[in-house]
Amino acid sequence: MNMELSRRQFLGAVGAGAAATALGSLGFGEIEAAHAEAIRAFKLVGTTETRNTCPYCSVACGVIMYSKGDRTKGEQADIIHIEGDTDHPTNRGTLCPKGAALLDFVKSETRLKYPMIRKPGSDKFERVSWDEALDRIVRLMKDDRDANFVERNEAGVPVNRWITTGFLAASATTNETAWETYKVVRSAGMLVFDNQARV
Amino acid sequence: MTNSWTDIKNTDLVIIMGGNAAEAHPCGFKWVTEAKANRGAKLIVVDPRFTRSASVADLYAPIRQGTDIAFLLGMINYCIQNDKVQWDYVKAFTNASYIVKDGFAYKDGLFTGYDEAKRDYDKSTWDYVIGPDGYAVVDDTLANPRCVWNLLKEHVSVYTPEMVERICGTPKDKFLKVVEMVSECSSPTKVMTSMYALGWTQHSKGSQNIRAMAMLQLILGNIGMRGGGMNALRGHSNIQGLTDVGLMSNLLPGYLTIPNEKEVDFETYMSTRGFKPLRPNQMSYWQNYRKFFVSFQKAMWGTAATPQNDFAYDWLPKLDVSGYDILRALELMGQGKMTGYLCQGFNPLLAAPNRKKVTDSLSKLKFLVTMDPLDTETSRFWENHGEFNDVDSSQIQTEVIQLPATCFAEDEGSLTNSSRWLQWHWPGGTPPGEAKTDNWIMAQIHVRLKELYRKEGGKFPDPIVNLDWAYADPNEPTAEELAKEINGKALTTVYDTADPTKVLAEAGKLLPGFAALRDDGSTTCGCWIYSGCFNEKGNNMARRDTSDPDETGAYSKWTFSWPANRRILYNRASADLNGKPWDPSRKIIEWDGTKWSGYDVPDIVPTAKPGEVGPFIMNPEGVSRLFTRGMMRDGPFPAHYEPFESPLGNLVAPNVRGNPAARVFKGDFEQFAEPASEEFPYAATSYRLTEHFHYWTKHVHTNAVLQPEFFVEISEELAAEKGITKGGWVHVWSKRGSVEAKAVVTKRIKPLICDGKPVHVIGIPLHWGFTGVARKGFGPNSLTPFVGDANIETPEYKAFLVNIEPIAGPVA
Repeated sequence: MNMELSRRQFLGAVGAGAAATALGSLGFGEIEAAHAEAIRAFKLVGTTETRNTCPYCSVACGVIMYSKGDRTKGEQADIIHIEGDTDHPTNRGTLCPKGAALLDFVKSETRLKYPMIRKPGSDKFERVSWDEALDRIVRLMKDDRDANFVERNEAGVPVNRWITTGFLAASATTNETAWETYKVVRSAGMLVFDNQARV
Repeated sequence: MTNSWTDIKNTDLVIIMGGNAAEAHPCGFKWVTEAKANRGAKLIVVDPRFTRSASVADLYAPIRQGTDIAFLLGMINYCIQNDKVQWDYVKAFTNASYIVKDGFAYKDGLFTGYDEAKRDYDKSTWDYVIGPDGYAVVDDTLANPRCVWNLLKEHVSVYTPEMVERICGTPKDKFLKVVEMVSECSSPTKVMTSMYALGWTQHSKGSQNIRAMAMLQLILGNIGMRGGGMNALRGHSNIQGLTDVGLMSNLLPGYLTIPNEKEVDFETYMSTRGFKPLRPNQMSYWQNYRKFFVSFQKAMWGTAATPQNDFAYDWLPKLDVSGYDILRALELMGQGKMTGYLCQGFNPLLAAPNRKKVTDSLSKLKFLVTMDPLDTETSRFWENHGEFNDVDSSQIQTEVIQLPATCFAEDEGSLTNSSRWLQWHWPGGTPPGEAKTDNWIMAQIHVRLKELYRKEGGKFPDPIVNLDWAYADPNEPTAEELAKEINGKALTTVYDTADPTKVLAEAGKLLPGFAALRDDGSTTCGCWIYSGCFNEKGNNMARRDTSDPDETGAYSKWTFSWPANRRILYNRASADLNGKPWDPSRKIIEWDGTKWSGYDVPDIVPTAKPGEVGPFIMNPEGVSRLFTRGMMRDGPFPAHYEPFESPLGNLVAPNVRGNPAARVFKGDFEQFAEPASEEFPYAATSYRLTEHFHYWTKHVHTNAVLQPEFFVEISEELAAEKGITKGGWVHVWSKRGSVEAKAVVTKRIKPLICDGKPVHVIGIPLHWGFTGVARKGFGPNSLTPFVGDANIETPEYKAFLVNIEPIAGPVA
């Protein structure tokens, strides 16, 4: 036997061999095959498993997401099932009524799909391209910053602050996004800066 | 949390006060169940409502919302009066023996130095006597009447069980049962854990609620112990991380602070951050502040931050007020002083207090940008939704740009949970439509803004154009690149200061941890307390080793716990003055004669001798503080203050209304109901339900089905008094707004008797709005007052006044 074979592969190979032998010896091969065809395949067969954590409360339960398609291979990936991660030390596979319904969050009909702009006085959103939305945002930001940035206070001390535009950060974004956000916001001189921990 | 979710299994007694873990943190609450089932631990719940946590408690005691400090100081008073004190711990590990300056006093609800016009204190007397050797003067016998212990004893003496009953409405016999159980944990071998959440923070004295329990835990010797600690359950999945990384007006990452404009240059800034030890031999770890700060500046501005320009100190914006928190931001908007606001994953229209004020404020902006995976109320604040959002779109001139962001399932990176574990997660799904990651969106804002400054010039572009942005794809930094920046790297080779032949990190390599940081510009580090999260050993946040030797609950190889992968903060305090565990069955670390070692990373230098170096290494004292000097705005001890809207006056200080040091904006005071108001006689509070998470899950079909519509909870007694029927409709209004809801008439809420007068409590859950798939509804924040905690400005959502009357329901 190839000594490189893992324990899992070994057990799998032995199992398949044993099953074929048993079926053949009982003479039920055809019936079994017909029966097997009538049974719906287990829904997670052939899916890609991805580890994640529940985005809601700060217990941060481990979850496993199952998708059709594999993002790591550059494929379109459609998540079809999410369940608790039994390996996770805190939740050990359990989920609460929110975590158990995470798939409905991912698939929510009110997920946003396109940038939108609502013009002053209008009663509706209008779809725009990302370029239009982003260029408009930085135009508004720069015009305000150039008009209201305070380089020195009355005492002549450099204060380099911008307090007429503010930023409210999230509390479910990653630490990495938080750090990037910090860099972008502070380098612009913003002081009106807060996150959801406050409330 | 000082400890972790999995550590709760080690406790003897859980006290849930200021939270409702069974409802709001169900899968964490299982560790309470483990402690009860496996080691016979008991559970006490103190809450205005008989909550889901209370339903499995061994003892439930009711309390009127906003009176926790009276209850907690009552417990401290009982422990002092009945000698239920872990004396060895208190004497060695707290500042009980420190002598306080003569001028300091407390009288009629106020500490020395109050300025009524400023609603602030001159805190110069709130400090220790400093001896000629430069150290704080102490009296180990505790005989000096001016030592912290004797001042505390005097301060809490008014909070007798009778006074607790009058203020809190907790029957004296119930209070005594609670405190008898709690005080048993003064034994070195019995440990209590405190589990709290927004029920304590969302008050005008929220910080002092938590301090009061921390003081009790110190007196009982429960800080640093397995199964003990102060455990903030926290709200969102990365509330902890966003705070750690410092996304607040006055913070730099890792709890460093943004300069004030009075700190005119780098050396002036550093002069108030010297953190010289206040006792001999103490570590006073903040002495390393300059290393953390310089490494942060290097992470921001790279080669542009040099010793010659004080590492770009001038490029940081300087504060002129204590901070621009969300309440101040909304106030300034209302005054027409703000132009734009960007909201990333935040729904302030529903999440901030006094919704009418929020709508008026947002309406005065020139532009509002939202970034969210879901269609939030904030991004549609200008849209008319009948009574649920009664606005005239044509009158609102704010330009609103709504950006679609990815959700957790499509994003990569780490979140810090309440156990301080930085847990990495991976993306498994393709984002819908044109939704983009936050990393991409933020990069676009920066890159495009920088481009405009390069093309057009403009005001002080230096910090923008010089921001270190050396990512493989400047349009979208990866989570790994950003995590490495947070961890920090060596720019030139870093050597061990104790042994200059020993290399800690080669030039260009990731730093092993924050001990390798330097203040000469040779290291970078985005957030010093996270250093070690992604080093040359790899991404430690992605570790998935579930081993747990001797089942202590530490799980030291699972992901990464800040700081330095330490699982229990202050764990040095779990051992006595000789370095032996107070309770051998709860060993975390111990001293073997030459060094500290054990199940966890020691929270002290491994060679620091017990008896010499104190366990509270961040404090210049080396010990913990029962008296917190001038570090909090509203007093060195907690004191009972009523909520700004309260059904009765302050019984211990009748002339004081609310927290005297809390900031109140002009115009908001007029919007508070008078104490003991006849117009608004009922004490309201807000809370969460287990089926929902804030304002997200009304977008989630299953959860919208489980809890489809807004309701309020009232007692059978109040229902009978007002003629309200079960499931009938009610109108609830405060001085700021009104809502309509179905009434849940329940035995879970009972009227309290406070100072001889019945107080009815009204419970208002918070999960409904006008977007999503659940029925449209209101939330408590149409009613809540616009005032925050004196120290950190968390709004007072948990205690306010309303009136209620039955109404005919809407036509079906």
